[in-house]
Amino acid sequence: MKTIKIALVGQPNVGKSFLINAMGDVKLRVGNFSGVTVEKTTIHFSRDGYEFEVTDLPGSYSLTDYTTEERVTKNFLDDSDYDLILNVLDSTNIERNLYLSMELLALDKKVVIALNMQDEALKEGVQINAKQLSKLLGVECIHTSALEKTGIDELIEAIIKTHQQPTQPFHLQYSDAYEEEINKITAFLQDKHYQSDSQLKTIAIKLLRQDTSIYRTFHGQPIWTELQPLLNKSYQHLYLHYQSKDLDGIFHDEKNALAKGAVAESVKFDNTQSVSLTDKIDAVLTHQFFGLPIFLFLMWGLFQITFEWGSIPMGWIDAFFAMLIDGTKSFLGDTELASVIADGAIAGVGAVVLFLPNIIILFTGIALLESTGYMSRAAFLLDGFFHKFGLHGKSFVPLVSGFGCSVPAYMAARVLKNDRDRLLTLYIIGFMSCGAKLPVYVLIVGAFVAEQQAGNMLFAIYIFGALLGVFAAKLLKITVFKGEDEPFVMEMPKYRLPTLKLLYHTVSEKAFMYLKKAGTYILLASVLIWFASNYPKQAEMDAHYASKIEQVATDEKKVNALKNELALYKLEHSYLGIIGHASEPFFAPLGFDWRMAVALEAGLAAKEVIVATMGVLYGLGNQQDQQSASLADKLKANISLPTAIAFTLFVMIYFPCLAASMVFRREAGSWKHWGYLFVFTTGTAWTLAFIAFNIARVIFS
Amino acid sequence: MRLSTLKKGQSARITAIHAEKELKHRFNSFGVIKGATITVERYTLGRKTMEIRINKTRMAIRLSEAETIEIGV
Repeated sequence: MKTIKIALVGQPNVGKSFLINAMGDVKLRVGNFSGVTVEKTTIHFSRDGYEFEVTDLPGSYSLTDYTTEERVTKNFLDDSDYDLILNVLDSTNIERNLYLSMELLALDKKVVIALNMQDEALKEGVQINAKQLSKLLGVECIHTSALEKTGIDELIEAIIKTHQQPTQPFHLQYSDAYEEEINKITAFLQDKHYQSDSQLKTIAIKLLRQDTSIYRTFHGQPIWTELQPLLNKSYQHLYLHYQSKDLDGIFHDEKNALAKGAVAESVKFDNTQSVSLTDKIDAVLTHQFFGLPIFLFLMWGLFQITFEWGSIPMGWIDAFFAMLIDGTKSFLGDTELASVIADGAIAGVGAVVLFLPNIIILFTGIALLESTGYMSRAAFLLDGFFHKFGLHGKSFVPLVSGFGCSVPAYMAARVLKNDRDRLLTLYIIGFMSCGAKLPVYVLIVGAFVAEQQAGNMLFAIYIFGALLGVFAAKLLKITVFKGEDEPFVMEMPKYRLPTLKLLYHTVSEKAFMYLKKAGTYILLASVLIWFASNYPKQAEMDAHYASKIEQVATDEKKVNALKNELALYKLEHSYLGIIGHASEPFFAPLGFDWRMAVALEAGLAAKEVIVATMGVLYGLGNQQDQQSASLADKLKANISLPTAIAFTLFVMIYFPCLAASMVFRREAGSWKHWGYLFVFTTGTAWTLAFIAFNIARVIFS
Repeated sequence: MRLSTLKKGQSARITAIHAEKELKHRFNSFGVIKGATITVERYTLGRKTMEIRINKTRMAIRLSEAETIEIGV
């Protein structure tokens, strides 16, 4: 069977993915474009004797380098192997969609245009003469409606037909002034018998746009010495004619004029300017005064649902893995192998799978916010506030999610399309204290603060963390991520109801990727941490304590005390304990002893581990939770208030847990950022804890 | 006259855009170009951001960016 490779291109919100779903019985394959975090979906299906391989490129307004999405699309179209471009347009907004088409048509590739959302367009009184448009653009234009599944067969037919024909010669006619310069260059290239796979007109346009890649090809060739003066003359003509020195801008003006012309000749608008549904909804949702409260309520709701509803299946997952661990141990017996599989691998992977319900609920919510079009409204309402701190209006989603768990929060940062905005947000998500830090706060607040003030204190800790976060954003913005503000210009798409199928696809992709990637990293790392806390073995001590325990076998209290002593000894002499002791000098200025150091280091695996480790180290056995009054008492006896304050601050700010930091690495795109995050969070945590410790010492002495 | 002088609901024709290259391209791909008719839909509470409409496209821009758009009535 013959394969047709299709690059699926369109502006955002034109129903690209939806159209592909309507085209065939699709098999989705999700991956990342190499080096970036933008998802790449390849779809396979066969029809009419052909095998179709469709690459769904991220939605782009134009072929520029502005956002990650647009860069990915541009690079794919320039460098990858494909047979034709399927350009999907939103018929209700034809002119702006044609701006992109005009760029695609200048690429010298086979193109088919789908005039999608035909049903909506007719309702809105937009009548596009597809035949006329096809003639004007020189490519097949087909009316389609992904929703009503119309025009799909015709579209496939057009794709096959276009594929069989040779690439059409360049068809667009720019303005006379622009065409004149194009002709001069093509004539020169023709005289020199210049050989190229692309059409000469395409090359000429690229030269006139000062496209860097075409310059690179020409630069090493002898022809360049003659071409250069010719080009310079052409530039001077264009500058003079357009009263502008922005060559790319001139090309875009030309391109837009073509689009305008094509619309004028092939589209009829029944101008019944009634108030649209979107206008009515926007009057409420983006209301000057009610807009923000409505938004806050919606976010509160999403947050509640994510972590309240999520906790129900989390209980089952937790129970399931506990059962699996017990089962493995009883099956394999009390061996090292059983321990590494059960306590290392299964426990570690279980800790990751545990967050799956949160991820699914949160991403269903985000997918709803995004696909209905509300996300842009929220960003519009909030941008004024966030921009003061160098953040983008859309940063609110990942930041708010961060209060639940950093893992979905890092993933949610994908709503930010610009690299710098996204990185900045990724760096400060950790300041939003996640759910796993709560036990630590509860323990320390419980030990040092009067019961009636405990709730307020907890709230204050969360708010303080968030405030630190926005100030950290400001600091990073004026130091590391400095430079001109990126333009905010953001489309507010029409309100639309997403289909269940599309929601399902979006969410299942996210869930699957989370499980696959975080799961593999975590598996490795959990085994490593298991090893560090269990080795080297203390056989002598084991034997020594075993005999001691035997002697007091009847007295349960003494047995437990001895067991604790042994556990403490073993942990202190494990690699983890050795590291704890070694790092004591680093923590000494903050008033932390080696036990707190070990607890913090173990907390790098998961923040929940901090309390459990402190339980062991302060001599109380393994099963500790925040309710344990005795651990709180022990803490109060062992550490001073300034140390407790410093410790709380340190936990609030320092490096996120293993699962989260791995997801951060993936979303930020490199280990370099992982390293920066480590230095940034640890440095900030240490500095602030140090300052707080010393101030508190003066106040409370 | 600059775009930010328009009140909610008012329209005007764009006469010039004095934006940096990147912002200008951004505007360009959204149809914010010389000669287009632009309508101000609303401002946010703090008047830092505004919603504008050109043909069928609604978009949010910052007031600082709106300053680069010159209009004539």
